[in-house]
Amino acid sequence: MKTISIEPHFQAWRNAARALLAEQCHPSDVLWSAKNDEGDGLLFADELPALPKDAPRLKVPKTFVRLAETVAAHRSGKQWALLYQILWEMSCGNDRRILSNQTDSRLRTLERMRATVSRDIHKMRAFVRFREVKTEQSDKENFVAWFEPDHLIVRINTPFFRKRFAGMNWSILTPDECVHWDGSRITYTDGVEKSVAPDSDELEELWLGYYRSIFNPARLKIKMMQTEMPKKYWKNLPEAEIIEELITGSGEQVQAMMHEQERPLKPVPRNAYLAKLNEMDAIDEPDTESD
Amino acid sequence: MNTLEKLEILADAAKYDASCASSGGARKDSTSGKGVGSTGGAGICHSYAPDGRCISLLKVLLTNVCLYDCHYCINRRSSNVQRARFTPEEVVELTLSFYKRNYIEGLFLSSGIVRSADYTMELVIRVAKLLREKHHFRGYIHLKTIPEASPELIAEAGKYADRLSINVELPKQESLKKLAPEKNVHRTREAMSTINARITETIADRKELRKRKSKAKKPTFATGQSTQMIVGADGSYDSDFLARAGDLYGNFKLRRVYYSAFSPIPEPSVILPLKSPPLVREHRLYQADWLMRFYHYGVDELTSAESPNLDLDIDPKLSWALRNRHTFPIDINRSPLEMLYRIPGLGVRNAKRIVRLRRHHAITLEDLIKLRVNLKKTMPFMICTNHHPARLELSSSELRAKFAPPPTQLEMDFTAQPVTTTVEKNMVKQAGVEALHGEF
Repeated sequence: MKTISIEPHFQAWRNAARALLAEQCHPSDVLWSAKNDEGDGLLFADELPALPKDAPRLKVPKTFVRLAETVAAHRSGKQWALLYQILWEMSCGNDRRILSNQTDSRLRTLERMRATVSRDIHKMRAFVRFREVKTEQSDKENFVAWFEPDHLIVRINTPFFRKRFAGMNWSILTPDECVHWDGSRITYTDGVEKSVAPDSDELEELWLGYYRSIFNPARLKIKMMQTEMPKKYWKNLPEAEIIEELITGSGEQVQAMMHEQERPLKPVPRNAYLAKLNEMDAIDEPDTESD
Repeated sequence: MNTLEKLEILADAAKYDASCASSGGARKDSTSGKGVGSTGGAGICHSYAPDGRCISLLKVLLTNVCLYDCHYCINRRSSNVQRARFTPEEVVELTLSFYKRNYIEGLFLSSGIVRSADYTMELVIRVAKLLREKHHFRGYIHLKTIPEASPELIAEAGKYADRLSINVELPKQESLKKLAPEKNVHRTREAMSTINARITETIADRKELRKRKSKAKKPTFATGQSTQMIVGADGSYDSDFLARAGDLYGNFKLRRVYYSAFSPIPEPSVILPLKSPPLVREHRLYQADWLMRFYHYGVDELTSAESPNLDLDIDPKLSWALRNRHTFPIDINRSPLEMLYRIPGLGVRNAKRIVRLRRHHAITLEDLIKLRVNLKKTMPFMICTNHHPARLELSSSELRAKFAPPPTQLEMDFTAQPVTTTVEKNMVKQAGVEALHGEF
């Protein structure tokens, strides 16, 4: 039995997996642990076998690489052993077509992990909220955001934020690690606490005003909102602070509308364009298509 | 009036438009270092309001002053709503500030009709032009288009926008005549046809330039158009809505038709009394629309002359299956993919998975459980290795009773507390599980 301790990212797993496979190490003889786990894994870890120079290049389907890259970000650490089992089946085992077997229980677990991580990646893109930080030196605007991802997705999401916000300086701070863009380079630093991040931005008054006005009180669907924007995200969304107020006030607002006096018609204003529309109506063909 | 007050009026004026898509724009980003923005991937919903609708774009009107008198609309000229007007520069500033804070994917700009169609269209275009050319904004832009605006202006709008839309509002001309006398289905279809031609033409031109490896700047044009219809404002049947949707998808390749339940507004018209919005009906229309686009159902299969409205109690796919019991049970190990699409409870994705999987082995109930198929709904309609429902074991009406919710009120009733009814709850659940993921 070998205990392999790796940094929790795809490259580290890939290197370890290649070395183990070169030694024909069966999945049941390997115990995987990630280095950020506290204690044990580290102390009793075995030396990773060196990858022989003539190790054959491993050919695996692209879909597997993509799956592995995404689930690598899963915080549980349970993905490493499962990935190695699938890799083993494909290269040394007797089920080379395992990837197309959608009912394999290990693959299904990995697929579920992928779905969870993908959702987290997507929600980070959606719910990061930048706050402007005024500095005197820079002529560029500086923005800082605080986000608490469920999984280790900061690096996966970096290209997205870099491409989108290339024209401004920004940092995204998380408890795991922080990413910074200064207009030309991405850098990473250690995770921080929430108190380091700015706690307000004057634009938020406008954003809350918009959120309040775009809400239609006549079609309250609170569950629908919470399915897509679960409460766990609310604490870092400025607009979430008025959700309660909007819900509570909605019934009254609608009542008021229903009791409103119906407005009489106002006369058609004198306007050349309206007159032209009238003429057009007269010559337009009847709407034959609707039959 | 300060910016906040204007924003509140002009966002309130825009909220009855259901369109929120921010996906499918041409791929672009700000890697060059000028400006901000990126589009091209899946759309992102940056927030959700308590009405369950996503907030993806800054959705505002340039002005809510309007010459038209559409009776379902809060901005019609007969309404006493407070009027406001943004300058193009103000909208540009708001869009950029919101975008840089990651509140939005971009801008959805519409406007009341002031002075004339062309004059209004020019103002709207000016905002998009400033964003794209002066500020190098690469985010998403959706522009509302006025069918009566000149073709040159529509072409210019398309140059800056990712999406154009014209709302048909109501499926038939006779309804428009009553409720939106300035609007005209014929002219709207003409304009949609022009836009569609430009979209197709631009795709062809870009392809040609790519083929010749030309360095010439490729022409840009919106990649899609959409529209909206208001449900429940007049006596139009669901079959009218679906027929119009079929017309627009088929003839002008619309990306989306949105259905918006007629919702109470603070400025009711004498022509159109307020009522609570028919949310379940709206939901059924979306389901039927989905069946037309992804499951190859025809309008005439979903509704008929005898029952021109969709069933409110059960979804349109189940409803079709119950009306066509002779087609079932379908053998999922032998039947072609198109037949699997017809089985209630089985979505496009799982149907495709089954077809792939059955090359390995015959499909059993256990496989379906692993694929997380809704067995309760599926089993009466299909055959697999270890399951064979006795033909017509249950009659259609018995099955219907099994799936339909107990009879309760179907629409939200404002006189009661805002507690959701059973139908309402099922609907929300289904909307989450089914409509959004296309699995039902």
